[in-house]
Amino acid sequence: MRKLELVCPAGTPAALRAAVDAGAHAVYCGFADETNARNFPGLNFSRAELATGVAYAHARGAKVLVAINTFPIPGREALWREAVADAETAGADAAILADIGVLAYAAENHPRLRRHLSVQAAAANPDAINFYAETFGVRRVVLPRVLTVAEIAAINREIDAETEVFVFGGLCVMAEGRCALSSWATGESPNLSGACSPAAHVVYAEEADALVLKLGGLTLHRSPKDAPQPYPTLCKGCFATEQGGARRESHVFEDPMSLDAATLLPDLAAAGVTALKIEGRQRSRAYVSAVVSSFRKAVDALAAGRPAPPGALAALCEGGDATQGAYRKTWR
Amino acid sequence: MKLTLGPLLFHWPADRIADFYARIADAAPVDRVILGETVCSKRAPFNERAFLDAAERLAAAGKEVAFSTLALPTTKRERTMTAALVDSGFLTEVADVTALRHLPADAPFLVGPLVNVYGEGTLRWFGARGARTVCLPPELSIAQAAAMAATGVETELWAFGRAPLALSGRCYHARLAGRSRDSCQYVCEADPDGLAVDTVDGQPFLAVNGVQTLSEGYVNLAGDLDAVRAAGVARLRLSPHGGDMVAVAQAFRDALDGRIDGPEALARIAALDPGRRFANGYALGRRGIDWTHAA
Amino acid sequence: MMDHAAFPPVPGPLAGLIGLAPPPLLAPALDRILRETLRSRPDLVARLGVHATKTFLIDPTDLPLVFLVRPDPARPSIEARRRRRGLPHGWDGRIAGPLSALLGLVHGAVDGDALFFSRDIAMEGDTAAVVALRNAIDDAELDLLSLAAESFGPVAAVGGRLARPFAAGLARATGVALLRSRGPL
Repeated sequence: MRKLELVCPAGTPAALRAAVDAGAHAVYCGFADETNARNFPGLNFSRAELATGVAYAHARGAKVLVAINTFPIPGREALWREAVADAETAGADAAILADIGVLAYAAENHPRLRRHLSVQAAAANPDAINFYAETFGVRRVVLPRVLTVAEIAAINREIDAETEVFVFGGLCVMAEGRCALSSWATGESPNLSGACSPAAHVVYAEEADALVLKLGGLTLHRSPKDAPQPYPTLCKGCFATEQGGARRESHVFEDPMSLDAATLLPDLAAAGVTALKIEGRQRSRAYVSAVVSSFRKAVDALAAGRPAPPGALAALCEGGDATQGAYRKTWR
Repeated sequence: MKLTLGPLLFHWPADRIADFYARIADAAPVDRVILGETVCSKRAPFNERAFLDAAERLAAAGKEVAFSTLALPTTKRERTMTAALVDSGFLTEVADVTALRHLPADAPFLVGPLVNVYGEGTLRWFGARGARTVCLPPELSIAQAAAMAATGVETELWAFGRAPLALSGRCYHARLAGRSRDSCQYVCEADPDGLAVDTVDGQPFLAVNGVQTLSEGYVNLAGDLDAVRAAGVARLRLSPHGGDMVAVAQAFRDALDGRIDGPEALARIAALDPGRRFANGYALGRRGIDWTHAA
Repeated sequence: MMDHAAFPPVPGPLAGLIGLAPPPLLAPALDRILRETLRSRPDLVARLGVHATKTFLIDPTDLPLVFLVRPDPARPSIEARRRRRGLPHGWDGRIAGPLSALLGLVHGAVDGDALFFSRDIAMEGDTAAVVALRNAIDDAELDLLSLAAESFGPVAAVGGRLARPFAAGLARATGVALLRSRGPL
């Protein structure tokens, strides 16, 4: 069976080395500014760090993909164009892009830099994917996390580009790149500033019997003592609704848990997927090491026709729990 | 400046849709009306006839009519609907890039606020591709809109109604009712302006509308029209809600024409729906939920 | 692996012993280690950015001491305070958890988000500053034993190297990340 490519996150040079050492076929990372969707404090790469990281990865047979996957805002376009140029200069194997203006710029001015379509573009069907492939020469598409395995297989039959799908990590319940919940509450969002629910707007307060999480002054969650804690993203919050006259509190959008599609790798391979993506550029090098080595074993086993070794990644999951997300149709 | 009535985002019964657009055709001072189902393809069979009838009536009343595509087409049927709309002869408002694959190179079209056109380069690309008007994402500020308008491509700003904040493959109305999306039994019909989602502390925050999430507060730029005018924006978008949209449109028209000032426009709109919360934070480059006017 | 149940508390008698150390006597040693860290890891300071001038309260909940740290290369400071007088004021962000969990974070043996999900560590105050510190430390691949030894000159550095096998053995025996973690867990 054709071997699946494992695409792994690196928020820092140390995490990049950890990913490569743990068996990543490719590592993705971004510059330390709002040109990528993990613009978090203390995270990401300088130009010099990227060049060093590319050298480290290439010396060990791994690729480096640079995420420039946010949307330029008025007056700031030069930042995105420089990022594309600097990624090519650093020797990156591809740029992961989302914005149509940036794609057009890259296709015209940096044609030799391979272009991948970011999940932030949320291209969720063959027509949208073919539009990006035909118009901007996109070679690979990272699929949104809203599709079932059967839909992924159907897409692969109709497109002329590779597909990459998320198999582990934080789960966006909204169509990526089309969610402004964060800026409604904080003024900053993935599309405006490269960060969802930015840390500067997050407040944790210990109350008598609970840990209270607030974002932009709005209460997202009250976790009882010692209960698992979610990420401070709005879509994982607990809210109050009234339907049919009855008020209740629930996780209206998504329960706080992570995606773990380890057991679906054979199905994803059969669906024609080229690459598997692990989420988590905001995570530590310990997370990267553990998740990458676990999935590399699974990918190697699958390629050799052996059963996948059991994973043990639950402790790394948000809320200590995992879901197969939209890959199973019942999620909807 | 011209007024556009955006597509109806909610699931209304067909006769309510017919009544609504009949009034718009007869009395609302809007220049362009966008019709069609943009949020959920499952609703389309119920309201298609009403929208086609409305198109005729609106055109007869001198309004420019366009139809919106679906905002998140994934299934074969949804793609077919998108392609068929582009071929229908109506002016198309693109709500997702899917439609661009079907649009002939020389066909004019509109771009809705759910397509990510955040920067000047992207806006110019759409202008060159044939976009007649681009409604900017509601997150952008008036200052940013000014930079966009300076490209020369005609821009539109989200000026009234719940801000469309997110789309998902999952239907929250169905999820809250304990149903799957496939067997939703159209539970979203019970909430003609969306279902309120408050924080657990009781603070009004969001509203869900099937697979869409909106703000709870209504964006309302009637008090900020001087800045909007100075920005060079060509059109304002009003999003249909259950209140008196003719009166809302009239207040905007009167304010734009200088017959009333900002505070009076705000007061007139507030009086239509006492207790309604408004927001103008995005327009001022702040948190979207913020409201800087007294009324 | 990253079983979060495995954060053994500092044994009570040892904690008591540590509590006997007068904070003013600890000051010169802590100060040297902090200065050596900031001197030898300019990347760490760069990653902290605007947060380098903030004050962090490091709160090992199973120790009688807490630490106020200001990783500003221009004006570094670190102070130990006794817990029984209550938590000190004047900090921007606080990170609290068992010493073994905090050591695991510094040494790259555990994942900060995972410890946060499981409530093994807690943070408070300036969340952005705490996140920046966490990320900068994870990238710096610190080893506290080496840093401590190196900050006291070449003789101590040799002593530190000699102590490594013992520390490694102790780490294996206790499950506490006393040294920098290497490679897949």
